[in-house]
Amino acid sequence: MTLKQKIGAAIPYVILVITVLPIVVGYFWLVLSSFSVSTEGLRSTGFTLSNWSFLREPPFGRGYPSIWRVTFNTFVVAISMTLTVVIVSSLAGYALSRLNFPGRKSFLSLTLLLHAFPSVTLLIGIYFVLRALGLYNTLLGVGMVMIGFELPFGIWLMKGFFDNVSWDMERAALIDGASRFRVWGEIILPTVKPGLAALAIFAFISGWNAWLIPRTFTIGAGQQATLSVFLNNFRSDTVAVQWGTVTAVGLFQLVPVAIFFIFTQDLLLSIYAGGAKGGT
Amino acid sequence: MKVKLENLSKRWGKVVGADCINLDIGDGEFVAFLGPSGCGKTTTLLMVAGIYKPTEGYIRFDDRVVNYLAPKDRNIGMVFQSYALYPHMTAFQNISYPLKLQKTPKEEMKKRAQKVADMMDIGHLMDRKPAQLSGGQQQRVALGRALIKEPQLLLFDEPLSNLDARLRLTMRAEIKRLQVDLGVTSVYVTHDQVEAMTMADRVAVMKEGKLQAYSPPDELYDQPRTLFVAGFVGSPPMNFLDVEVVRENGDYHARRKGFDAVVPSDRGEKAAGKGNVILGIRPENITIANVGVSGEIYVVEPLGRDDLITVHIGEASVHVLSDPTLGLRMGQTVTLGFNTHKVQFFDPQTEKSLLWMD
Ligand SMILES: Nc1ncnc2c1ncn2[C@@H]1O[C@H](COP(=O)(O)OP(=O)(O)OP(=O)(O)O)[C@@H](O)[C@H]1O
Ligand SMILES: [Mg+2]
Repeated sequence: MTLKQKIGAAIPYVILVITVLPIVVGYFWLVLSSFSVSTEGLRSTGFTLSNWSFLREPPFGRGYPSIWRVTFNTFVVAISMTLTVVIVSSLAGYALSRLNFPGRKSFLSLTLLLHAFPSVTLLIGIYFVLRALGLYNTLLGVGMVMIGFELPFGIWLMKGFFDNVSWDMERAALIDGASRFRVWGEIILPTVKPGLAALAIFAFISGWNAWLIPRTFTIGAGQQATLSVFLNNFRSDTVAVQWGTVTAVGLFQLVPVAIFFIFTQDLLLSIYAGGAKGGT
Repeated sequence: MKVKLENLSKRWGKVVGADCINLDIGDGEFVAFLGPSGCGKTTTLLMVAGIYKPTEGYIRFDDRVVNYLAPKDRNIGMVFQSYALYPHMTAFQNISYPLKLQKTPKEEMKKRAQKVADMMDIGHLMDRKPAQLSGGQQQRVALGRALIKEPQLLLFDEPLSNLDARLRLTMRAEIKRLQVDLGVTSVYVTHDQVEAMTMADRVAVMKEGKLQAYSPPDELYDQPRTLFVAGFVGSPPMNFLDVEVVRENGDYHARRKGFDAVVPSDRGEKAAGKGNVILGIRPENITIANVGVSGEIYVVEPLGRDDLITVHIGEASVHVLSDPTLGLRMGQTVTLGFNTHKVQFFDPQTEKSLLWMD
């Protein structure tokens, strides 16, 4: 390899490193700050674990939830959102892709419209609905609203994946003796696994990180708070913000997502590698 | 099992898939559906399979109307052009899937899958996923899956068209042999006329959703009932010439400018006095001769065993199969002899045969 070729080969890496650098620096500071008394630029002024004390005692005093309670809440919301969205989307997406029923076209355009609709504009309306149903300031209410906002996207995504499954495979299974439902479960679903995994990741992450809806439909850092709301509570207009604690909680919130992502990414790769011929 | 299609039609709004098909398939018979792309072969097959519901007409299995019977209750096996294997299952799981659905005991399932795999010569590939198999091997797995539940009717939708030419020949022979050995009624869809002619007991020729002809291959070849069938079946295709048939001194003559041939009276009499008719003659029934019609060679295409030569006779042109040792050249003038015992005549308006339609 000549010098010229070497430089040529290095160029993409240089570009990648430069683009990734701000993000890496950001994460580095996040970790550094959470273990520091304070930071000056990218330098720590002293090591401490006191920023992580929120793990032991509720930082906002008595009557406020502990971090574990909040984490549990967030898990419940994110997991139930993931399950519901994946199940409903894979059923509805299949129906929209494969079955011919009255109202199919209008249903499709309606879901697309809902997906494109800015959810912020609906917040006030939903607030009244939740109040009327007695679901204001409950995890159930928050979860339902978030699922409702996520479903149009999920259904469209899954419909797209189902559209790409060959009809012949489905016909073969019907002729082999399977019922429509078994065809869906045993033949079609396994072939759209990458889609299911992608949707599950999306749903989980958006449930885990959700901020606007939990913030709007729960009261402050109450027993129904999720992590983002909890984190926001460290911001205050009267007291100086403790950035060390904020970064520690932020890091804490990040960990499950990172683990989840590493896990599903592996799954995704293995699915793609073992998939149909032609697809690598 | 016998299969009978009665006035079978399938329409999607204005789109016509199959149009009033009437067809009888005997027990153990091998029938091919032949026709150009889009003529409704797959549509008809899928109606027989129960995937499409007929718009009109009936499908009978052994006299029993099965229009509303679900595919799984029809006891059929089907092989698709795309193989349609389940990508997440191994060859073994693919083949035994129909048995799994029937809740067959594990032991029996293994035994039967092994038997089918041996028959298909894929016993050593049973643990592989479809993506790890070649096209031909995938096709065998698909065939095995169709056979394992010992269906009473086998349906094939262009099963060989994704294979290379050599493998196609092998599989063609194997499928034919298998069908005879098992004696199972089979419908085989193809747009390859050689496949249809060589494999089938009877060939159903379709065009634009309609059944054009339904007869044994040799009859289809020697007694085509429509102009379409005559032109579609046979390679290189039949030559067509506009002629007029007249009777002179007891002989029938087919004539056009620069062309005059005496035709046998049994054929000539049916075309005489009808004005302009279409004469059809196959390339192998025209020879380079000493006396006959003269023409000029336009192009010579060596096919190996024969040369295919195009000869201009006046404004018309015909294809002729000739002996390569004759060393014919472009531009040369030749005399053509027509084996008129094999000529066909068609009505130019109705495009129906004047010889074989009654
Ligand atoms: N599900 C469908 N909806 C609407 N039209 C259809 C449908 N399936 C087939 N057709 C139409 O019916 C006609 C016959 O199609 P079919 O698939 O039976 O053709 P084919 O003979 O199998 O052709 P090929 O050799 O290309 O497979 C075509 O004009 C096609 O466009
Ligand atoms: Mg077809």
